[in-house]
Amino acid sequence: MTPALIDDTTLYAVLAPFAAAVVAPFLTRWFKHNAAWLLAIVPALIFLHFTGFVEPVSKGESFVAAKAWAPSYGVNFSVYVDGLSTLFALLISGIGTFIILYAGGYLKGHPQQGRFFSFLFMFMGSMLGLVLGNNLISLFIFWELTSITSFLLIGFDHLRAASRRAALQALVVTGGGGLALLAGFILIISATGEIEMSVLLSSPDIIKDTALYVPIFFLVLGGAFTKSAQFPFHFWLPNAMEAPTPVSAYLHSATMVKAGVYLLMRMHPLLGGTELWTTVLPLFGGVTLLVGTILAVRQTDLKLMLAYTTVASLGLLVMLTGTSQEKALEGAVLYLLAHSLFKGALFMVAGTIDHEAGTRDITKLGGLRSAMPITFVAACLAALSMAGLPPFIGFIAKEVLYYGTWGWLELGLPITVTAVVGNALMLVIAAAVAIKPFLGPKVETPKHAHEGPVLLFAGPVFLSVTGLGLALIAHTTGELLIGPTLSSLVGQTTEIELHLWPTSINAPLLLSLVTIGLGIVLFTQIDRLRGLIGSILTAIGWGPDKGFDQFVAGIVGLSWRITRLLQSGKMQTYMILTFIFTGVAVLVPGFLTGSLPAMPKMPDYRFYEWGILLIAFFGLIAVLVANTRLTAIVSLGIQGFAVALIFMMFGAPDLSFTQFMVETLSVVILALVMTRLNLSPSDHRHGLAAIGTGIVAIGVGLGLTLTLLAITQQPFDSRLSDFFAQFSRSIAHGRNIVNVIIVDFRGFDTLGEIAVVVLAGLCVLALIRVRTKPEKPIEKPETVSQPTSAQTGEVR
Amino acid sequence: MRTIIFRTIAPYLSALMVLFSIFVLLRGHNEPGGGFIGGLIAASALAIFGIACGVASVRRAIVFHPMGVSGFGLFLSALAGLPSIFKAQAFMTSQWLDVHLFGVEIALSTPLFFDIGVYLVVVGAIGSIALALEEREVD
Amino acid sequence: MESGVVILIGLFFTVAVYLMLSKQLVRILLGIAILGNAVNMLIFTNGRLTREVPPLIPDHLYAPETATANPLPQALVLTAIVISFSFFAFLLVLAFRAYQELGTDEVNEMRIAEPEHDQTPPQGY
Repeated sequence: MTPALIDDTTLYAVLAPFAAAVVAPFLTRWFKHNAAWLLAIVPALIFLHFTGFVEPVSKGESFVAAKAWAPSYGVNFSVYVDGLSTLFALLISGIGTFIILYAGGYLKGHPQQGRFFSFLFMFMGSMLGLVLGNNLISLFIFWELTSITSFLLIGFDHLRAASRRAALQALVVTGGGGLALLAGFILIISATGEIEMSVLLSSPDIIKDTALYVPIFFLVLGGAFTKSAQFPFHFWLPNAMEAPTPVSAYLHSATMVKAGVYLLMRMHPLLGGTELWTTVLPLFGGVTLLVGTILAVRQTDLKLMLAYTTVASLGLLVMLTGTSQEKALEGAVLYLLAHSLFKGALFMVAGTIDHEAGTRDITKLGGLRSAMPITFVAACLAALSMAGLPPFIGFIAKEVLYYGTWGWLELGLPITVTAVVGNALMLVIAAAVAIKPFLGPKVETPKHAHEGPVLLFAGPVFLSVTGLGLALIAHTTGELLIGPTLSSLVGQTTEIELHLWPTSINAPLLLSLVTIGLGIVLFTQIDRLRGLIGSILTAIGWGPDKGFDQFVAGIVGLSWRITRLLQSGKMQTYMILTFIFTGVAVLVPGFLTGSLPAMPKMPDYRFYEWGILLIAFFGLIAVLVANTRLTAIVSLGIQGFAVALIFMMFGAPDLSFTQFMVETLSVVILALVMTRLNLSPSDHRHGLAAIGTGIVAIGVGLGLTLTLLAITQQPFDSRLSDFFAQFSRSIAHGRNIVNVIIVDFRGFDTLGEIAVVVLAGLCVLALIRVRTKPEKPIEKPETVSQPTSAQTGEVR
Repeated sequence: MRTIIFRTIAPYLSALMVLFSIFVLLRGHNEPGGGFIGGLIAASALAIFGIACGVASVRRAIVFHPMGVSGFGLFLSALAGLPSIFKAQAFMTSQWLDVHLFGVEIALSTPLFFDIGVYLVVVGAIGSIALALEEREVD
Repeated sequence: MESGVVILIGLFFTVAVYLMLSKQLVRILLGIAILGNAVNMLIFTNGRLTREVPPLIPDHLYAPETATANPLPQALVLTAIVISFSFFAFLLVLAFRAYQELGTDEVNEMRIAEPEHDQTPPQGY
């Protein structure tokens, strides 16, 4: 079934957020935080656009649209709309709409709000381009764009070092993974000769059959695992909580971190199902799930708890994708949808609590129920979905995924156990996040807590209610959203049936009950659990996060050492090395290839021509041995005028005149400057130093002489010169060929060259005009540091 | 250097040199000469004038700052590349126009303006360097 | 025809390099000035030498009558002369200002940008 070609509207939908990013700062300047209402229209319209695809896609259709970008390399800006990309596009634009609103309320009055909106929109556009990307190269470009824009978002509060570190960490980890991904894509392109995802997907075994499958697999995994924060690359995600909450809610619920999962799901028909896939993915996914949940329990900061459960959820998704079992994949898709909704809502709730109560440490929060009733309801709905309780989408997801893992023969048992433990701990966190801040006795908070404005609670309420609503219409959800997505994953049209309530008492239901029971038991022991995990972590003492610091310090130290090695700070060393290499480069090839020139014949110069050469020679020697300024200037002038005479002698009057004028001016400015420079009467070099540098100099001179002799002994190709001579008058109407070349034939060159002359003039002027401190050498900083001179200093 | 003879002659010498430089500039397309040489001659004229009568009087005489002259020259040269746009030809394709003025045929062309731009760049930049260095001599 | 000039160019290069390997700023400057001339002559000679016939077209013709000197290297060198002069002037002023500010004309003592005892590299984010 080939994808149908559609018009460019979808392409513009991908580009629309970038346009919004441009106007956002201006709108924010005019309407303050209320600009959010206007700006939210953009993602809302994109959402509407993609809802139009739901119906046809659920019937098994898919679509492509493309614009040529760099056609000679096969690079197009193209989109591929099928079940998977539709689901992601809906999540990105739908949640994005509420994130924009939420950012309007959260950063109300922030002087940089416009910039924030701008980054957010650029991120949204990159994300859309990524999930819709059809061309591998444009997909990669959007992939890297999400890294870059998330760097900007995480480092939004760039005045804090922690924020800068987190941003850099995210960029290094995800950007590094991106390079692996690029390598993987290039291997795919060279192995299959195809660059469009839709073409690749139409023949699923195309990559698995190539010899390059294993490297491709690991390289693509490198990109996906770093982006989706799989152990041991998970550490950047919790650190990224330094970003303002709208960023966390957006990047870590439905978008950025899901990009890796998206890639794995997208590549599943192409790479999945092999033994390698079903071993590596469940292993890493399972470890990430457990590590994520265990670390989450340990936290007391609302956002960090949520961040670690995000790591865990990503682990779960990777694990499920790794099973390559249809039912488990269905569970993965359901969980992906559920997670995006409840995690987005919970992050926003955490941000609202932080915003209104002034803290997000759960040990310092309590009894906010009455102060923030709407937020409380939203938090409860979302947490129930996260805990996997009916009647929420999270529950359905859990049922299906247990069904899938339980039914997997090879590794079903360990995977199921991992999932149960992970889900139980997830339930613990869900309970802690929803219950602890709201229920119980009222605790005094840094700010007097009250319900936030509509901009703040619109998002959490809508997302959590959607989580409930999609579960209530489970049959339709399955038909329209989950089924088509699953079809993309397994590579063929698949129909599924979803039920909110289990139809019979089966293993998954029992597993659910076990999960809930285990979760409740663990929740009652949460404080002891927290202490236990804390002491274990202290005992280990090292983690990838610390490793990142060591890595960065190591890189900086290494580059510093290399720089010190190469840049000794001694100009003479640089110069000698440069000239030694120059000498070797011009001398050695001649000897190696035997292309040395023949012995030159005695040239038939006339008497006065020999005289001119001799003048130049004596001028040179005089410069070499000059011991006063006057002799140096005069002898430099002599060799210069001799050069002018040589030009004259060989039919170059223009050159000759120019050389004369330049030498005259050189002598004038040398005379002006030299009076203030010091010329020590003798060269400092004696003995060995003189001989050593002399040998280098002679080597360079000899090398160039031999090269030039060899060149001049070759027959001359005069086509170019003949062209200029031929057409100088007939086309360019000038009889002085040299001038015609300068101002006409090669005028563009000359334009660049006179620009250089202008620049040189400006530089000289700047050098002469700019004075740091009159008559104060730099080496005396102590006079500045003394307070008395600093006070009197302004009189100067 | 500031002998009376030199100071008396220098202004006339400079004026002659500037005149000669313009002559060299304009004949450049057909005989040895051109913007670079002409500019260098004029810059030397400025330098000589500066040495003899002081930099202040040179700056008064040329009205504009030499770097301004230089920048204008660059602008003029770049501009000379533009008329070809109207004929849908590549940038810097030369255009020729024959003007009859008082019975004399004058060939106006974009290369001519380009060369004048080169001349101004060289006069301005080199003149500016020379004058700046001479100025330092005084203080 | 070329060989004599070629050997002279080799000498120009030798002297220029020798001067540039000095520690004294003034000698380095002199070396650079000579290097400029050497390079210009190198380009000029590469286009072969023709005695005394400038590349001009006689008034009554549309192409040169006899073989002329090669106009192309001349055009290249003409602009190069002016540029190398501007940069020589720039270097001259740079040297003179460095001498004023740093109080030395020994290149090895000019270590503002690369101090002798460098601090540890910048750490942190």
